[in-house]
Amino acid sequence: MINLGACVPDEVILAECRLARPDALVVSTVNGHGHLDGLRLIRKIRSDAELADLRVVIGGKLGVRGAANAQFSAELVDAGFDAAFESEAGLAEFDSFLGALPNNDTHRRELAGAAEGGAK
Amino acid sequence: MNGVTAAITGAETVGVGRGRRIQGSPQGRFSRFVRRNSEQGKLVVQPRMGFADTATMRSGLEAVKAARGATIGTVTVDSYTRVNDHDAARRALRDGDDLNGFPVVAHGRDTTRALLDGVAGEDFPVQFRHGSALPQELFRALVESGADATEGGPVSYCLPYSRVPLPEATAAWAECCRILADQPEPVHLETFGGCMLGQLCPPSLLVALSVLEAMFFRQHGVRSISVSYAQQTHPDQDLEALAALRRLAGEWLGPVDWHVVLYTYMGVFPRTVIGAFRMLEDSARLAVSSGTERLIVKTAVEAHRIPTIAENVDALEFAAAVAEDEARNPRPVAAVARTGVYEEARMLIASTLQFGDDVGAALVNAFARGHLDVPYCLHRDNANRSRAGIEPGGDLRWSNPGSMPVADTGGDRRPVSARGLIDMLGYNERRFDREQLVGPTVRSLL
Repeated sequence: MINLGACVPDEVILAECRLARPDALVVSTVNGHGHLDGLRLIRKIRSDAELADLRVVIGGKLGVRGAANAQFSAELVDAGFDAAFESEAGLAEFDSFLGALPNNDTHRRELAGAAEGGAK
Repeated sequence: MNGVTAAITGAETVGVGRGRRIQGSPQGRFSRFVRRNSEQGKLVVQPRMGFADTATMRSGLEAVKAARGATIGTVTVDSYTRVNDHDAARRALRDGDDLNGFPVVAHGRDTTRALLDGVAGEDFPVQFRHGSALPQELFRALVESGADATEGGPVSYCLPYSRVPLPEATAAWAECCRILADQPEPVHLETFGGCMLGQLCPPSLLVALSVLEAMFFRQHGVRSISVSYAQQTHPDQDLEALAALRRLAGEWLGPVDWHVVLYTYMGVFPRTVIGAFRMLEDSARLAVSSGTERLIVKTAVEAHRIPTIAENVDALEFAAAVAEDEARNPRPVAAVARTGVYEEARMLIASTLQFGDDVGAALVNAFARGHLDVPYCLHRDNANRSRAGIEPGGDLRWSNPGSMPVADTGGDRRPVSARGLIDMLGYNERRFDREQLVGPTVRSLL
């Protein structure tokens, strides 16, 4: 697990993914801008020759509207995420996703990136 | 209830408790409002509230002003502005996308000034809350817009939320303090140092960082300051921490205008409405019993989304009513616990100051050596070797001090697992939600 920290610029995420070749990229977002920033990021990843097939998921608070954020999950998956986990759904789905990754624990590399911070 | 000491004789004088206080005379209308209400025994309450469009933001300020209670207005700034991506904020405004706050720089000085015009005043000061490690542009826009107050700090808005190197953030905040200091009318500045990731940072470090950032502000010319503390996992420990904060602010800030602000819990919040209001109630009672002047509330929907204006007003009026009740019928408070928060925080402050000729350099060097180390904070200028945990009784304690000169509990030093961390992060959520989710028989056992 390589954690890239908070407020990671798109270019840093792409560069780190090319370098680390992770099994999955996990984007965490809490500030409600995930539906905007996630779209921008996944378009860049899917149009990158090296990363087009990378397994990429996003989760957290995808919008500012609570339960109505569900609409954003579909939009993000349509744009190229392999899955979108809205926080209202809890962690179980994400756990299942991790459990279903190719079972090569010793070599598994998962890259986590967090979007910006929460409410001030 | 609080006597004001106009003549200040020295920083070494300690006035602790509700009756005696060593705080300079209020500077600026933000501080005057807080002091006036404090003297009348009223807790000042304030929301966290930000909307992208000016009309909604204005309605929000008007609703907060009209709310029952001594309220201060808040404009929370959006996350694009916090990272100086003003183009993204402008695009979102143009496209009508949802933002999580009011983009001050993208809207510009004139729009922000118009937002405040006729609603902000002596009876309703407004604070802008942001989260930016490099807020020079924001601060310039704020002073030109007539903001009464803002908040943050070189450490508290760098380590938790940014990738900016700490020395760069510290230089930026020195510049920002001078922007405020150069205004003819004092602009109030609150340190966010009492929060640091919101949870799992022991009180002694929160108190020390809050005081150190306030000293940094003062060193760079800010004339009106508040020191902060965020509600944690045990009310007695929080009461002790707030007493330590007040005492240390009196000892270290000298004859500057300051007060204490408490944040209702900033971590993973109860998901039920009753759980959320119980958490808020505890914080309002804690504020009153500790003699705290100002409280920043959370709403019933904190766990789920950004609150509406009405939900914010509900939270403010509820907190004000609870505070009034607590002031009228103070619960019998046993002596404030003495577990060493004051001593540990004082030692952290004094030893940190040895690391540099000024407060900013001392903070940068102390973090570089792991002498200050915020647990679980991933920023590359934070050592991230210290660990904290929640004891069975609810106290937040160091489980591993890393290189910090603090005492650990001598307990479990094994690495914290992902599941263990998630469990600790959800401690308050479970604590307050289960009161609603279990029947009376089980509840009596809690």
